[in-house]
Amino acid sequence: MRLEARDHVPEWLTFLVPILAIFFSLFVAATLLIIADAPPLESFYYLIKGAFGSKNAIAETGARATPLILTGLAAGIAFRAKFWNIGAEGQLYAGAIAVTVVGTGAINLPSTLMIPFLFLVGALAGAVAILPSVILKQLFKVDEVVTTLLMNFIIILFVSFVLDGPLKDPMSMGWPQAASIVDSGVLPQIMERTRLHFGFIVAIVTALMIWFILGKTTFGFKIRAVGYNSSAAYHSGHSVIKTMILVACISGGLAGLAGVTETAGLKGYLTLDLSPGFGYTGIAVAMLAALNPIGIVFSAIFLATIYVGADSMSRAMNVPTYLADVVVAVTVLSVLISLVLTQYKFYFKSNSK
Amino acid sequence: MIIDFFEILLNAGFWAATIRIACPLIFATLGELICERAGVLNLGIEGIMTAGAMVGWTAVYLGADLPTGILYAALVGALFGLLHANFTVHLGASQHVTGIGITLLASSLSYFAFRLILPSSTTPPKIEAFQPLQIPLLSDLPFFGPVLFQHTGFTYLAFLSVPLTMWLINKSPFGLAIKMAGENPMALEAQGINVLTIRTLAVMIGSAFMAIGGAYLTMSAFNAFYFGMINGRGWIAIALVIFASWKPKQALLGALLFAGLDAYQVRAQQLAGAFIPYQFFLMLPYVLSIFAMVIAAKKTRYPKALLIPFRRGERH
Amino acid sequence: MTKVSKKFGTLTANENISFSVSKGEILAVLGENGAGKTTLMNVIFGHYIPDSGTIALKGVRMRSGDTKAAIKSGIGMVHQHFTLAENLTVLENILIGRNPLWGWTLNTKAAEQKIMDISERFGLKIDPHARVLDLSVGEKQRLEILKTLYSNCDLVILDEPTASLTPQEVDNLFVTIQSMVKSGLSVILISHKLDEILKVSDRILVLRHGKVVADMARVKANKALLAELIVGRKIKRPIQKKAKFTSNVLDLNSINTSPTQGSPMGLKNIDLELRGGEIHGIAGVAGNGQRALCELIAGQIKPQSGNLAYKGVLVNSFNVKKFMAMGIAYIPEDRNIDGVIGDMSIQENSVLSELNNPKIATPRGFLLLKECAAYAKTICKKYDVRTQSLSQPARLLSGGNVQKLLIGRWLERNPNVIIACQPTRGLDEGAIAAVHSMLLNAKSDGRAILVVTEDLDELLLISDKVSVMYNGSLTAAKQAKKLEKREIGLMMTGSKIEETIR
Repeated sequence: MRLEARDHVPEWLTFLVPILAIFFSLFVAATLLIIADAPPLESFYYLIKGAFGSKNAIAETGARATPLILTGLAAGIAFRAKFWNIGAEGQLYAGAIAVTVVGTGAINLPSTLMIPFLFLVGALAGAVAILPSVILKQLFKVDEVVTTLLMNFIIILFVSFVLDGPLKDPMSMGWPQAASIVDSGVLPQIMERTRLHFGFIVAIVTALMIWFILGKTTFGFKIRAVGYNSSAAYHSGHSVIKTMILVACISGGLAGLAGVTETAGLKGYLTLDLSPGFGYTGIAVAMLAALNPIGIVFSAIFLATIYVGADSMSRAMNVPTYLADVVVAVTVLSVLISLVLTQYKFYFKSNSK
Repeated sequence: MIIDFFEILLNAGFWAATIRIACPLIFATLGELICERAGVLNLGIEGIMTAGAMVGWTAVYLGADLPTGILYAALVGALFGLLHANFTVHLGASQHVTGIGITLLASSLSYFAFRLILPSSTTPPKIEAFQPLQIPLLSDLPFFGPVLFQHTGFTYLAFLSVPLTMWLINKSPFGLAIKMAGENPMALEAQGINVLTIRTLAVMIGSAFMAIGGAYLTMSAFNAFYFGMINGRGWIAIALVIFASWKPKQALLGALLFAGLDAYQVRAQQLAGAFIPYQFFLMLPYVLSIFAMVIAAKKTRYPKALLIPFRRGERH
Repeated sequence: MTKVSKKFGTLTANENISFSVSKGEILAVLGENGAGKTTLMNVIFGHYIPDSGTIALKGVRMRSGDTKAAIKSGIGMVHQHFTLAENLTVLENILIGRNPLWGWTLNTKAAEQKIMDISERFGLKIDPHARVLDLSVGEKQRLEILKTLYSNCDLVILDEPTASLTPQEVDNLFVTIQSMVKSGLSVILISHKLDEILKVSDRILVLRHGKVVADMARVKANKALLAELIVGRKIKRPIQKKAKFTSNVLDLNSINTSPTQGSPMGLKNIDLELRGGEIHGIAGVAGNGQRALCELIAGQIKPQSGNLAYKGVLVNSFNVKKFMAMGIAYIPEDRNIDGVIGDMSIQENSVLSELNNPKIATPRGFLLLKECAAYAKTICKKYDVRTQSLSQPARLLSGGNVQKLLIGRWLERNPNVIIACQPTRGLDEGAIAAVHSMLLNAKSDGRAILVVTEDLDELLLISDKVSVMYNGSLTAAKQAKKLEKREIGLMMTGSKIEETIR
């Protein structure tokens, strides 16, 4: 079998990529369901019902999509510059810690100021969390995959520490959690009596902003240029180091924003299980959307659907909830296959004598 | 009080623990080393170790004997390696993304399968793990007895795999082909050897090693499978490979050094727990790994073809 | 070989090629870039499968597409770009593929002995335990040849073997080839260097556009005839306009730089003057510091000592952006790696260096997409960049068009100094002429131009002044029309250095 690069990839083919990927992951999901003794169609019904079957369900899906959009954007923008930020999980928690430090009573502002302030603090914390990795990369050429990843473990241990000690909520009766965010800082609900909060809007607006930056500004141009070919970008007068650091900080900041939405929007306070892997799922979100910011919104909603739906489906059909994680993982891999399928033509071995 | 910190180093238990802690790292680092020598960065290591841990343990739980359990783990590792190689070697997909995808897939499949076979229970079930071997005369030596000669067979296997890997890489024709694949694959092709095959095999073998490393945790170090039990060891192994300059002997050294620091950290915790929260001790391994990478970064000579996919016909 | 035909993608690389080589004969295969020489050799060697035709060695038909079989039957190939693993030793590089893959041992002792034997027989001195990284270019080539001889080849194909060698090393190579042929080997020599071919070959095969246009004995050939056969048409040489010099634009005084990654030797006491309206050519075998010199003038590296003055003013800070603003343009030697971003569109590549240009983007940083398109269109029209659409990825452009785009992009900035490093490497005749025109026009517009090239013909064609780089030092500049190629060649190997370096 031989691969030959296509000269020009037609537009419609690139749209096929996520569609193929989704179909393939659902196929794998169906297979696993069969192995788990659960009829696939019935299971999928429960999945869809769980994600969209009621006002509450839709709100849950939207609430789950919120951090995924942000971590997806974090991964997307970093990967564009070929900066492999796997540390979104840690950066998210960094944002959450920061928001807890300033938002549980230390500072009190009216809502219209407090909420933007919290977002700012969270983003800064996320950017700071990624800074060591990008500096090590620029100064010492240390691979950022491993450093951002190891930072995740370090930051989560730090969260455990602060929850045991400095930020422990005295009223939580021994349970490791922090004090609640003050009322003025809590993100308002946008759907009554549901968990869907303002963070969802923030996430979508952020996605639009990133889309604009990437496509219509010189900075976005630089990000793409550096990502495709940093040497040529350098020769044309662009500062690769500055661009990379900025991109990395924005990426970290976006993940930090996710920490804010979860702490000040969804949960109301910091706990150790604030994020069930949103940082890692964000990578899948970004890949599925081919790193496109608008696509990331849809891809995040899709994966949120899978997670929320799988929750209720697993209860109804007695299937381990890890099915959702498998689907996400398969999605990443099937996107890769689809990408190769669309960018290359396959030739099967034929010996011409 | 300070003297207590030094006394830890005199404790036989500390050294024995060092050796135990090093074993999964040895397997994992050697495995990743083989992959990278062939030119493939295998970021699926954390997931493959999880899969190895789960499969090995489950096989024994379901009735297999311990060595067979290791074999099953190795097989599953090799299968994930084959999957990885299909993406990266044959299709030329991004090694970074593929690796992360494999880690996610291997972990989630492991957890899914585990939950399927063993629905939730309050106490995780256990198996009869590898027991320490009794070697006549040697096991009873003072100090050196517990340190070197009261380990499980699996532990000795870990140390044996170092000379095995050294032979493979440096003395065997297959190993030379692996090295060539990672340095200049076109030279390999010029000799009529299929680069893709060599790389695929290297990744499969390396992944098998990784899975065995995971199985060590559930079959020798402990006797149960916990969620998240690999706890970053895979990523640490990646740092150790660079630290070891892709050489098996140095990989052993790195693993031992690291394990020593980890064993030390556990004991130091007990001494200083009152002053310094335990979380900071737990952070040490990860911080040290980052340091190791910084130190190693300056002197490294990466395999020239690492991360570059090879396609026949696309020359120069 | 009878009637070999090879179609490659949409291009017919080899069409109905038939020829034969006798024992103990040196056959030269001649043709310009893209004529199909390398494709043909790859077919013989088994890398490519021909669409039709057969190959027979010593009367026995060979299986196509099987490199292993080709090696086994006695064909060896020394590629233009070395297939060596730098981090491994000489011995390891030779041993690859010699032992059965599933064997237990590498048989190093026996191999070492054999290497010594071959070394002596053919005069190829080498240390088996040396790391390839530490070898010189000439030594690396010796290793490549050793590899083929180790396989007991009957036929050795040398693909552009003298590309990076000094004239002295070339002579050594030819001695080796003669001794190989005396032992009964046959040699196919691929080259585009007429002098060398006329010196060493027995027969000459000329390819043009994938077809054989001539198959003659060397005695019947001469330079003029061969040149015409290769090109097949009259080439328009750019007309040299009369030079109008201005004052010095760039002055380098006793510049020293420390060794860098790109240039392991660093610059030593460089003195250089560039004037507007003049082309200064730098000759020299690659690896003598040319890259460092270009990067210095482009602002990428900082000198350890010495000073650089631009229009009479000393320059203190060295960064690319600043030098670009001063009006210095750098056309790098690896255009696909350092010049153009293959995955971005031609339009985007056209404005890559213009993000600060108020015509392209607002000061706040918003791209003016319509203006970008107009800019790109202008460049393509003005500098004859042929493309189907501006939104195509730049990697689809041919080498010549990429170079025209790059040079055009720089010229639009109205630079005062242009550095062109190997500007016509890998280009076909038409593109070469176009690039030379662009450079000569720039010269007559009053710009100062520095051209670094290994192609001595090109050097003498377009330069007004010439210096030679050797071991990090630059010889004094001499008038181009007063220099002989042989003289430059000698300077390139350091023989006349003592007299010529200030």
